[in-house]
Amino acid sequence: MKKHRLVIAALLGVVLLAAITALASARPAKKSASGSINIVGVWTGDEEKSFNAVLDGFRKANPGIKVSYKSTGDNTPTVLATAVAGGKPPDLASVSQPGLVNDFQKKGALKNLDYAKGTLNANYPPDIAKIGVVKGHVYGLLIKGANKSTVWYNVSSFKNAGVKAPTTFPALQKAAGTLKASGTPAFSVGGADGWTLTDLFENIYLRQAGPAKYDALSKHTMKWTDASVVKALQTMGTLLQTSNIAGGTSGALQTDFPTSVSNVFTKSPKAAMVVEGDFVPGVVASKNALKAVSGYNVFPFPAIGNTANYVEGGGDELMAFKDTPAIRALVKYLATGKAQTIWAKRGGYTAPAKTVPASAYPDAITRTTASAVGKAKVFRFDLSDLQPASFGGTVGQGEFKLFQDFLKSPGNAKGIAKQLESAAAKAYKAGK
Amino acid sequence: MEPPVVAAPPSGDPGFLRRNLVAIGFLAPAAILLGVMIVYPTIYTFIRSFFGKDAHEGFLPKGDFTGIDNYKALFTTDILVTAIKNSAIWILVAPAAVTAFGLVFAVLTERIRWGVGFKAIVFMPMAISLFATGVIWHVMYIKDPNQGAVNAAIGAVKSWVSPAGALSSASPSTPALTGSPQSGYVLQKPIAAGKTALLGLTAIPPTDVPSGAKQVATPQPKQGAITGVVWRDFKPGGGVVGKPEQGELGLPGVHVKLIDSSGKTVQSATTGDDGSFTFDGVGGGSFKPGIAASTFAAPFGGISWLGSQLITPAVIIAYIWVWAGFAMVVIGAGLAAISREVLEAARTDGATEWQVFRRVTVPMLAPVLSVVFITMLINVLKVFDIVISIAPGSTQSDAAVIAVQMWRQSFGGVNDFGLGSAIAVFLFLLVIPILLLNIRRFRREV
Repeated sequence: MKKHRLVIAALLGVVLLAAITALASARPAKKSASGSINIVGVWTGDEEKSFNAVLDGFRKANPGIKVSYKSTGDNTPTVLATAVAGGKPPDLASVSQPGLVNDFQKKGALKNLDYAKGTLNANYPPDIAKIGVVKGHVYGLLIKGANKSTVWYNVSSFKNAGVKAPTTFPALQKAAGTLKASGTPAFSVGGADGWTLTDLFENIYLRQAGPAKYDALSKHTMKWTDASVVKALQTMGTLLQTSNIAGGTSGALQTDFPTSVSNVFTKSPKAAMVVEGDFVPGVVASKNALKAVSGYNVFPFPAIGNTANYVEGGGDELMAFKDTPAIRALVKYLATGKAQTIWAKRGGYTAPAKTVPASAYPDAITRTTASAVGKAKVFRFDLSDLQPASFGGTVGQGEFKLFQDFLKSPGNAKGIAKQLESAAAKAYKAGK
Repeated sequence: MEPPVVAAPPSGDPGFLRRNLVAIGFLAPAAILLGVMIVYPTIYTFIRSFFGKDAHEGFLPKGDFTGIDNYKALFTTDILVTAIKNSAIWILVAPAAVTAFGLVFAVLTERIRWGVGFKAIVFMPMAISLFATGVIWHVMYIKDPNQGAVNAAIGAVKSWVSPAGALSSASPSTPALTGSPQSGYVLQKPIAAGKTALLGLTAIPPTDVPSGAKQVATPQPKQGAITGVVWRDFKPGGGVVGKPEQGELGLPGVHVKLIDSSGKTVQSATTGDDGSFTFDGVGGGSFKPGIAASTFAAPFGGISWLGSQLITPAVIIAYIWVWAGFAMVVIGAGLAAISREVLEAARTDGATEWQVFRRVTVPMLAPVLSVVFITMLINVLKVFDIVISIAPGSTQSDAAVIAVQMWRQSFGGVNDFGLGSAIAVFLFLLVIPILLLNIRRFRREV
């Protein structure tokens, strides 16, 4: 008897509690949202300050919501993995690895952001709005974009050789030949960092094989031994001739990315061009002897065929571990051009939203590189970032190593394609 | 202290717990710490090594059981096999080399006047963390002699023996000039007296053009002579290849030679300010004018220490540099403990210094040498940071050892804790024999 009564009392208690919480959570939803939101993310230093400035815009409009951002820097994936395993994830998190969105979605840790679809479609180019979509639902939202389809060059090297920034791939190849004849190798390659090589490949592949094949390759529904991959590798090989690279291919293999940039961004350049993303000038910011536009400049990765305004890029995605009206309001706010303009004006930022005007960016170079993302006709996320980490993201193995092998022997396109396929197959099998 | 004599408790004695409460109380913190920090993780790692990448972590791993697949992968994946091979090289070379260097330094510092200073210098690298050591050696090993200290030193000697040419980067602008930078370039088609030769060169940076260079002129034919010009066949935009044009500069001071049909050099000359040259009094027959190889002698390009071939030896050298000082100090202490009388006796008996070293010093030092050797052996098995910090990304997999791959497969990107655990277990098995050896030695010493 005594036991029964206890059970009933407990049940009553639970029901009461549920009713109270339901009431409590239902009521504010009708009025303006309140509560507190905690965000962890990769942005540190100036980026953290800028993001807080963006949040200030939200705080002002929603005084009832307390928003706090904590930077976890490069440790974000580890921090999130432990927090999720421990059952205490943050409300929102920003990460630079798109694979994490998939991982956490698979584990059922994420809440979908479908409520932001309207805002997304109004503000984002369709290709970028699609990025965080998993199985038809939005789980990741690109907040900070990156343009990796840029080529940086030393203006005086170009002047000495009498070449102009090329807009087509054949023009780029011709300019490279002329630069070589002028006595300055055309390219500086940071081959010690495998990702600089995969980025070059992805830029060529996206333009030569088209976005459909790019998608197939990124999901490994098409094999790396496909003729289009071999063709793109061969095209890449024509650029990577040892005589037209600073230090030759063996020197390039020991050149890390920062050195590959400083080879070009100097008054006595060792090479005329470096092919990498919009973050290039930041690498040499403190010791850059050249002035923007007059000393160094940038042009979009040249079109292959009819592929102007194609952009290969990356960026940081926002994902939500909880779903409250306050979180919904913040996520929607962050996806607007208005919010992103705040960050764009502060510099060091590429807005994924097309509603951010080019005039918002502080200088001419950023206007070129950043506004290209918003007006991209085709935008694709960095392909190696979409692969299982053991294939696309680990130093000394998988894509990074095989592309370094390719740099060593650029004639061996077929052999490398075969090895890429077997490494990819292995990684996909292990990752399932 | 005498151990207290305690009668063995009869089983089931309720007083047992109470009587030993103090002992348990004192043991508990250490036992709990050991259990939480060492015993449980070890067991977990062992169990985890039989699960795949996607197993759920928990008190025990769940799901994605793969049996011995991880161990199979360990011995079939290229980069992991390379790591095992590299570890073998390390075990064979590094401990022996460190001990040998330490012994030599210890014996020698006893003899020289500035022994203390020398010891301090050799020991100094021990004060630097291995990671920082790696960064230092990485910079010293850089291939470009303008940056890497090691190659700069080799390059200084090399350029003294065989200096670099004035136009080391140049190459012919048209296929009409054949040859190689090593043999020099000659005109492919022989020409007779009264003809002219156009020797165009390209890929010359503007800064390499000699300062007195003047506008190139098309050479004029001359009776009984072969005339020609060597010039930088390039102007902004490229210009027309193979044709001296307005805006292109002659190359002064270039050594040109005239080769007859039998391949003998019959005349040589040096170009003028506008790059022109003349071979006068050329007889009948046809000749090939060309540019001497000395013009193209390449400067020392540097040895690829950080390339895939030399990376492991390069890292081992840096490692020896660090640890030789430690070995020297330990062996030096052992040396000081050897009784001088034995050495004196050997010398009095007519032994040479080498015999004293070989037959007396080394055998008496044997216990110390084995301590150093075994310490280094264990140290080498877990070597990690110095490899990561010296090898550039492109040769990380060529330089990797077992411990590096253990980290890389589990935390360094792959996030496959199953495979990482398997590597850890393998490494553990390798350390066990050395540990047993060490324990036996401890027992003997006690």
